[in-house]
Amino acid sequence: MPSRVPRIAPSEITPPETYCNRRAFLAGAVAAGAALGSAGAAVIPARAGTPLHYAYDARDSVDALVDAPDQNRTPNTLEQISDYNNYYEFGTGKTDPAEYAGRLQTRPWNVAVGGEAEITGSFPLEEFLRPYALEERIYRFRCVEAWSMVIPWVGFPLAQMLTRFKPTSRAKYVVFETLYRPSQMPGQRVPILQWPYREGLRIDEAMNPLAFMVVGLYGRVLPNQNGAPLRLIVPWKYGFKGIKAIVRIAFTEVQPLTTWSQAAPDEYGFYANVNPNVPHPRWSQESERRIGNPFFHERQPTLMFNGYANEVAYLYKGMNLHRFF
Amino acid sequence: MMDAVTRQHFLGLNVERRYRLLYKPAVFVAGLAPLAWMICALFGGFGFSAGVDQVKFLELENGKTALNLIMLTLMITPARQLAGLPHLVRLRRMIGLFAFFYALLHFSVYVVLDLDLNWHMVGADVVKRPYITVGFTALLLLVPLAVTSTNRMMRRLGRDWSRLHRLVYVIALLGVWHFYWQEKLDVREPLLYTLMLTILLGYRFARSAWLRRLLTLLRVHRGRRPLGHPE
Repeated sequence: MPSRVPRIAPSEITPPETYCNRRAFLAGAVAAGAALGSAGAAVIPARAGTPLHYAYDARDSVDALVDAPDQNRTPNTLEQISDYNNYYEFGTGKTDPAEYAGRLQTRPWNVAVGGEAEITGSFPLEEFLRPYALEERIYRFRCVEAWSMVIPWVGFPLAQMLTRFKPTSRAKYVVFETLYRPSQMPGQRVPILQWPYREGLRIDEAMNPLAFMVVGLYGRVLPNQNGAPLRLIVPWKYGFKGIKAIVRIAFTEVQPLTTWSQAAPDEYGFYANVNPNVPHPRWSQESERRIGNPFFHERQPTLMFNGYANEVAYLYKGMNLHRFF
Repeated sequence: MMDAVTRQHFLGLNVERRYRLLYKPAVFVAGLAPLAWMICALFGGFGFSAGVDQVKFLELENGKTALNLIMLTLMITPARQLAGLPHLVRLRRMIGLFAFFYALLHFSVYVVLDLDLNWHMVGADVVKRPYITVGFTALLLLVPLAVTSTNRMMRRLGRDWSRLHRLVYVIALLGVWHFYWQEKLDVREPLLYTLMLTILLGYRFARSAWLRRLLTLLRVHRGRRPLGHPE
């Protein structure tokens, strides 16, 4: 019998608006030099929903945008974020991951680092995460299906992780792979996608400060259905670039084949940048439905690079984004 | 003979009364059940839930209900012929009109809740997105069928009425295609509908005069008795 992910009691969940205000309050505290945890020594408990202790960083990329609509400042609720997931390893329904991800054993967990780098090897998760100071970031999340959310992730910059392993000059791309364990991931028994799930970034994309390795959500350990124990978030790209349950990281010279572009090469590309001007072959990407917006006003315009153009547009200077989608 | 199977009187009512007083009201209530369920799910009543994305839920469930009811109308002719229940046809109009009702609801949810009444977006979608073109066409084709569903229209059109209402085959095809094309990757459910439609249309094709003529032409069939009919 699959065990459900432990439910957090409603009394323990901070309403999103209060959560934001708490953030603002603590931003002042951090600015005054009161750190809430030591730099480094990230300790991630195994059980989903356990509170995380981390050095509070009030970096909120949403605030950096003058044009961001007001509703983009309030995160979605934990229930919305953890009960509506595309995680085909557990089934193709939006509620399948919440229902079945409880089966997944997230400990022991190893991350194998390899390829064009000076430091490689297989690391137990605790050792892999130890050097990093956790921080919180509230990012917009845009699915290729044209719905979106705003999510308060907890993690550390991907760039910090990459420099630790000292990629050589031959490392042009970073490749990530998900766990392959059909005994606990029932969706993997059906070849709906080619398992294990694979994703990748160009090395300069991976080194961009916005790329985020995630271990938590709403100040607590990440629920299994959101990609526990370790997942990637690339907020200026469509959500499927945010690979979940990472077990392998490799530096490569050659652009990797990613799972969704293998499944439908004319529909999902390697770059998958959020771009209202480049439609999906079957539907428009000009606008999106923000889950949680008022019922008759869910639809809002999609922003170039999901609103992070200031931070990432330089990566694609001179590139034909219709051809490299 | 088929009539021998029909019990002339049940509960002291003849066939016409049975359908008018019993079966049709029952089917009417059943036809409203999906709507009642969706409304309950929106408010979390009776344990039903519309999930996190309520707009998508309403779109999908109204669309699938419309498709299911069209499939149901296509099952009536085979049921009449194979199970010997000729009077089932009396229910077909009501089921067909319910299908149109749910198709209209599906389109309304799309225009009002999904696109927030942005009519220029609706227009762009219908013209530029093939799966919406197909779906919209199916909806449009339902309109003449709904308009000519009355007894008066049946009398006025005579033989042409049957010809017009064969459009339901095209509508069913377009509906399944629309469902298939909007699916991101997991097309198992649309494929199931495709299989069902193939069986329902294949049955009609197998019994059609058209096939008989073709087979006679190919000298396979002697051309006297209709296929599948007993002695």
